[in-house]
Amino acid sequence: MTPAEAARAATDTILADYTSASSPGLVVDSPPGAGKTTLVVETTAAIAGKGERLMIVAQTNEQVDDLVDRLARRAPDLTVGRLHAEGFDPPERVRRHDSVTTGSKIAQVDGCQVVAATADKWAYVADRSWRWAIVDEAYQMRSDKLLGVARLFADGHALFVGDPGQLDPFSVVDSERWTGLKWDPLQSAVAVTQRLNGLRTHRLPVSWRLPASAAPMVSEAFYPAGGFTAGTEDGTRRLELTVPGLRSVWDRTVEIAASTGWALHELPSRHTVRTDPEAAHACAEIARRLVQRGAVAHDEHGSHPVTPDRIAIGCAHNDQVAAVRLAGPPEGVTVDTANRLQGREYDVTIVLHPLSGRRDATAFHLESGRLCVLTSRHRHACVVVARAGIADLLDHHPMSPRVQLNVPIKFPDGWAAHHAVLAHLENYKA
Amino acid sequence: MSLLHSYVKVRARERGRALPRATVRHVHLAEAPMVFVPLRLAGEAAAPLGAMVGTDPRHPTLLVVPQPRNRDLRFQFLADLGAVLLPYIDRISRQVETVEAKTPFERCLDAPQIVVPSAGGVEFTAKLGRSSRFRRTTGPYAVDPAVPVLGRWLTFLAEQSEFAGSSLMVAMTDLLTAHWVTGQSAVEDGDLAALLGWIDPPEGMTGAEAAALADDPLTPPAGPDTHPEFDRQELQKAIAHYDETGSTGQVEKALDGQLRPTWDRMWQAIGLLSALKESPGATSRWERDRVHVAMHRAWIDGGGLPQGKRDSAVAAAKRLARLEAAQQSFEAARAFDDPLVMAEYRADGVAFAGEVVAVDLTRRIVPPGGKREVPRPLVTIETSDPVRLSRGKKVRSPSRPRQSATITSLSDRMITLQIDDGMGRGALPAEGSVPGVGTVICYTELDPGESRRAPLPPREETPWTHGGPPPEYVPTDDDAVEPWS
Repeated sequence: MTPAEAARAATDTILADYTSASSPGLVVDSPPGAGKTTLVVETTAAIAGKGERLMIVAQTNEQVDDLVDRLARRAPDLTVGRLHAEGFDPPERVRRHDSVTTGSKIAQVDGCQVVAATADKWAYVADRSWRWAIVDEAYQMRSDKLLGVARLFADGHALFVGDPGQLDPFSVVDSERWTGLKWDPLQSAVAVTQRLNGLRTHRLPVSWRLPASAAPMVSEAFYPAGGFTAGTEDGTRRLELTVPGLRSVWDRTVEIAASTGWALHELPSRHTVRTDPEAAHACAEIARRLVQRGAVAHDEHGSHPVTPDRIAIGCAHNDQVAAVRLAGPPEGVTVDTANRLQGREYDVTIVLHPLSGRRDATAFHLESGRLCVLTSRHRHACVVVARAGIADLLDHHPMSPRVQLNVPIKFPDGWAAHHAVLAHLENYKA
Repeated sequence: MSLLHSYVKVRARERGRALPRATVRHVHLAEAPMVFVPLRLAGEAAAPLGAMVGTDPRHPTLLVVPQPRNRDLRFQFLADLGAVLLPYIDRISRQVETVEAKTPFERCLDAPQIVVPSAGGVEFTAKLGRSSRFRRTTGPYAVDPAVPVLGRWLTFLAEQSEFAGSSLMVAMTDLLTAHWVTGQSAVEDGDLAALLGWIDPPEGMTGAEAAALADDPLTPPAGPDTHPEFDRQELQKAIAHYDETGSTGQVEKALDGQLRPTWDRMWQAIGLLSALKESPGATSRWERDRVHVAMHRAWIDGGGLPQGKRDSAVAAAKRLARLEAAQQSFEAARAFDDPLVMAEYRADGVAFAGEVVAVDLTRRIVPPGGKREVPRPLVTIETSDPVRLSRGKKVRSPSRPRQSATITSLSDRMITLQIDDGMGRGALPAEGSVPGVGTVICYTELDPGESRRAPLPPREETPWTHGGPPPEYVPTDDDAVEPWS
């Protein structure tokens, strides 16, 4: 089976299972760039096409707007309601569609076949219910958010879609009060629903984003339960550097990344402050050289230059983001934390390794989701910038979390995932 | 740890003395705080060994369990503790006022305040509460009627202490580290003696020297855990003596020696804290504490059931929302009340201060979702702070906490804000409602206001995703039994 056929078959199975209405809920695990949005749009079109009403819950306004735009383009004859908070101005990509109605009151949009909003907004909707619901980015949704909206589709059928490898939802409160409870509100929406109901889980088998050079490693390190393959073959995605290089260390790294899809830019081992100026400078400089070398990306759709907006620099902390920005990457390059890069896609990503220059490895820095997000945003190549000695650091700080009763073991183990990624990168050192 | 905090820590190390972290006191100190220094038996989760408790520094009440493995004696201890704490709680919370509001509510005129040495003390209090609130006062294994009531109050106080900014039950080491920065690590700061050594060293000694003194095995720890050497050399013999003779004298003497130094330090620390002026935020948070005490008082008096061991799905989500709201508004209020706390945020780039260099009062726009033009003046501020906020961010100023503004542009040292509200209803902003040129002003992303919370379904409508409605709680004789007991 070709990747396209495998993906098609998976989508068909999911659609058939969901529309058979045999279960109150289904979970779809989607690895990075596996066509999650496409699945949501296809499912919506299929359900609404039969004259049924459907609600879509996403987590951020950006996600809702993306979905609405995609949906309106895919099925222009479908009426779509975009419910939003008062004072929110829906962007042009939503307003340009005639089939889309926007409004801050449910009465303004509930005549539409499909209504989409954030979980926060849905929580205020009362006295209505839907037979079909799709919860997008469900692994990023906190359990208490789901509790606020689940009554809207409690008698219907819900499809929970999301990426299990990404970062868990977050709280400013650090309480152990609910640890071990099945409905611990600090867990993700899927975790709670699954622990209490054990819904059927489907999986999308093909990543269309990750190149053939990245999919096997990311799959093995972060998705041990169910692997996936790349949608493209070796050699389909190529990075070409059209301008000859200098003999700088940056150029060497850029060349390795262009020819293999990976590069480890290793700086001398040293304990540094979090905002390590040398590492920040390296991130900015690699991005600059990439643009200056006139990188051109060749892929299954054709060729295009890798402009700054197709490059991202990812860090673990906000102050590192500030440090990299200060180091002056080319105008237009995205610099952000892993949390905010979730769900985004670039041609080339440059990653400041979360453990670079650290003396210790805390749970925050070892969280597998963080590294997974950072190393799975790219279509062509990923450059990791790190101080030498991370493998030793890991060996000095084995994961030893407290064992707590009734808390399910988390897979993958962040410590092991970090080692797996490092071992892989070892072959791509500049 | 924030950037500024790390810097001050290094400075404190260099100076050999703790440096202030706050200019005002961010916690309310009651007129007569109840100091409670509990000790527990090593190796047991909730076996009390003894406690020193009271509101008078000169006359503490010493309570001991001469044979801590004897459960009857444990509950006798709790009854004795109840005899000290319950009259205090009753006396202080008896007077209630009714606050006029849309829905009038009751508030105690004053509230009890229990001060324990460390976070471990709060945790141990919660465990004592759990082990006593379900006890029966009749039938087999009956306990003193004060025990379950005490258990409910201890549980209430320990649960309230999880809410940021609540002053009903506080850990002294937390209070001190919130107001001073020492030159030692956070773990070392958890030891009251070492912490006080840095903040208030004896004449002629540096903080590091005084803290080293606290490390001496002869200095008793602040509890609730005792020193293993003390257990072996003194406690074991004293307990054996009690078993043989039935006389409690030796145990009392041993525990008094362990508790007294901590007791004195607690009052020394209270003296240090009371020298600081109370912040306005602390006073208003204390008002809220008093409302909670009145509510709990009414709940007990009305025959309400003791607090459950576990939260239902809905209760857990509601509690989490309240915890988060308290955390967010406490952090913001602290910064709004105290320029030294705000400086931490400024160094981290989420707040900035500077002089207003330009104001456009006449700007009018149609806001998103609106129909007519309204005034949205622009204010430009010059700052040398390392700002990390981005365009579109909502900000507020401590000098104008009720007014919100949005960042419309940022360039090197220049930040332009759009003032969003609080300007009256006129065509132009009301006089003085917009900061004028030359004003030095601080803005931050922090917001001390309580954000609106999305409604959650009632307990009996818990959806299937969260396990459906939980069964109704019916008290039984087995409530006090733990799975591991």
